[in-house]
Amino acid sequence: MTDDGRTQPFDVESIRAQFPALDQQVHGKPLVYLDNAATTQKPQVVIDTIREFYERDNANIHRGVHTLSARASERFENARARIARSLNAESEREIVFVRGVTEAINLLAHSLSDDWQAGDEVILSELEHHANIVPWLMVGQRKGIVIRTIPVNDRGDLELDALPGLITDKTRLIAVNHVSNALGTVNPVARIAETAQAHGIPVLVDGAQGLPHGPVDVQALGCNFYACSSHKVFGPSGVGALYARGDWLDRLPPFLGGGDMIEEVRFDGVRFAPPPSKFEAGTPNIEGAIGFGAALEWADGLDWLAIERHEAALLQRMTEGLAEIPGLRLVGQAAHKVPVVSFLIDGAHPHDIGTLLDSMGIAVRTGHHCAMPLMQCVEAPAGTARASAAFYNTLDEIDQFVAAVARVRDMLV
Amino acid sequence: MADQAPSIDAEIQALKDEFAFLGDWTERYQYIMDMGKQMPAFPCEKQDEAHKFHGCQSQVWFDYEWDGDRLDLRGTSDAMIVNGLIALLFRVYSGRTADEILATDGAFIDELGLSAHLSANRATGLSNMIEKIRQLAAERAAA
Repeated sequence: MTDDGRTQPFDVESIRAQFPALDQQVHGKPLVYLDNAATTQKPQVVIDTIREFYERDNANIHRGVHTLSARASERFENARARIARSLNAESEREIVFVRGVTEAINLLAHSLSDDWQAGDEVILSELEHHANIVPWLMVGQRKGIVIRTIPVNDRGDLELDALPGLITDKTRLIAVNHVSNALGTVNPVARIAETAQAHGIPVLVDGAQGLPHGPVDVQALGCNFYACSSHKVFGPSGVGALYARGDWLDRLPPFLGGGDMIEEVRFDGVRFAPPPSKFEAGTPNIEGAIGFGAALEWADGLDWLAIERHEAALLQRMTEGLAEIPGLRLVGQAAHKVPVVSFLIDGAHPHDIGTLLDSMGIAVRTGHHCAMPLMQCVEAPAGTARASAAFYNTLDEIDQFVAAVARVRDMLV
Repeated sequence: MADQAPSIDAEIQALKDEFAFLGDWTERYQYIMDMGKQMPAFPCEKQDEAHKFHGCQSQVWFDYEWDGDRLDLRGTSDAMIVNGLIALLFRVYSGRTADEILATDGAFIDELGLSAHLSANRATGLSNMIEKIRQLAAERAAA
């Protein structure tokens, strides 16, 4: 920020310079990486943090009396505190380390449903990723739980007016994503939480695609649970965090059993450790958690107002550029979006689009984006091609991408 | 000999020469798709579950017939690059005897650079189809 409170222009080149993987050629062409909704590249500081951990501090955590174990434990717990601060949780005791959003939701599906009865209901949305559908279907099969869904309209927005009509006295949870991975829609999570709260229903937010595009304040959102994955937010794979508000972790039974989550074990009984340890059985992904903490610390230091403007410009350039290509259909044009654009070309298979773009050095995702029910809703049964930008992408890259899509269209149609 | 078709080895060499001539992978894919477009049409009524070739990301249909001692292959896909890859495989294997097919494994896919450039799913789909063709030949040779 400058003295008069205005943000500096976003210096994308100095950001890019911190991401070694962005600086390479594929198939002899400069890489244009537009598959950030699948995973993000990692800044040097995250790579260095993980390497240095292995070079200096590697030990198992929480149970050693020796120096390396103490160091590793401290760094692990510091990472937890960093995640709590980044999400504006009240306490680091509200943060459980998991493998990622998928595990976080499986944990909740297991532990929340402990006292659910047949006929109880869970409300999801039609925009959900399989990670926030399948665990509930599995609970449904085991316990006879009914799934209801908030519908999505043609533009890719949730029809929030339908929500009150879906709530009954059997509704046990509302679980929605913060941002749609397939369409980029930013969902009105705070409003959903407000409605839910009025009915005393807890809300789970799948934040996999939310955190990469701006600071998240779980208290302002008003959700009870927020799940995020490190690898979507410039950190390493295989680690994530589940935020659970207040005393939820005290009230829920554990998910996985094993070492580190116990206070006392006898053959005639077990006493669990207090949360969050109660939910962290076994040796965790220690270097992953520390790398995740490093990624968030790095991200927290960025100028997010400038990033917001830059990402809006990327989205506008993508949307306007693609809209000019004959026969191209944009799938999802919600009013509030992150720079993710899903599209189809009449007469062209999404996989062909993706393969040809790859041959031009451009990485996009094609297929159903782990959202098969949504692909049916938007009449794209073979899926779509999806370009998903991060703040390290440039307008020049977007222009290259749009020109490449136009060329691909000429080749395929 | 029913005709003067080039040998399998000559056909593979021709493919390698053609690939080498093309400047980059975008052009190679264009060429692969063009091969697909020149394949005889696969009858719509056979695009059913019975003729579906599983193990590919896109939809693939496959059929064959022994014409004397030669294996005639037919197929198609809803994705143009996959359709072209099927045409490429058939250029090598269709109209060949069981012995010829069994003498030629899928190494040429590597040699053409396809394994390195195709996505893992597509490369697997391609090798599954080669396996299927060679299995048909092995059954014929054993009969």
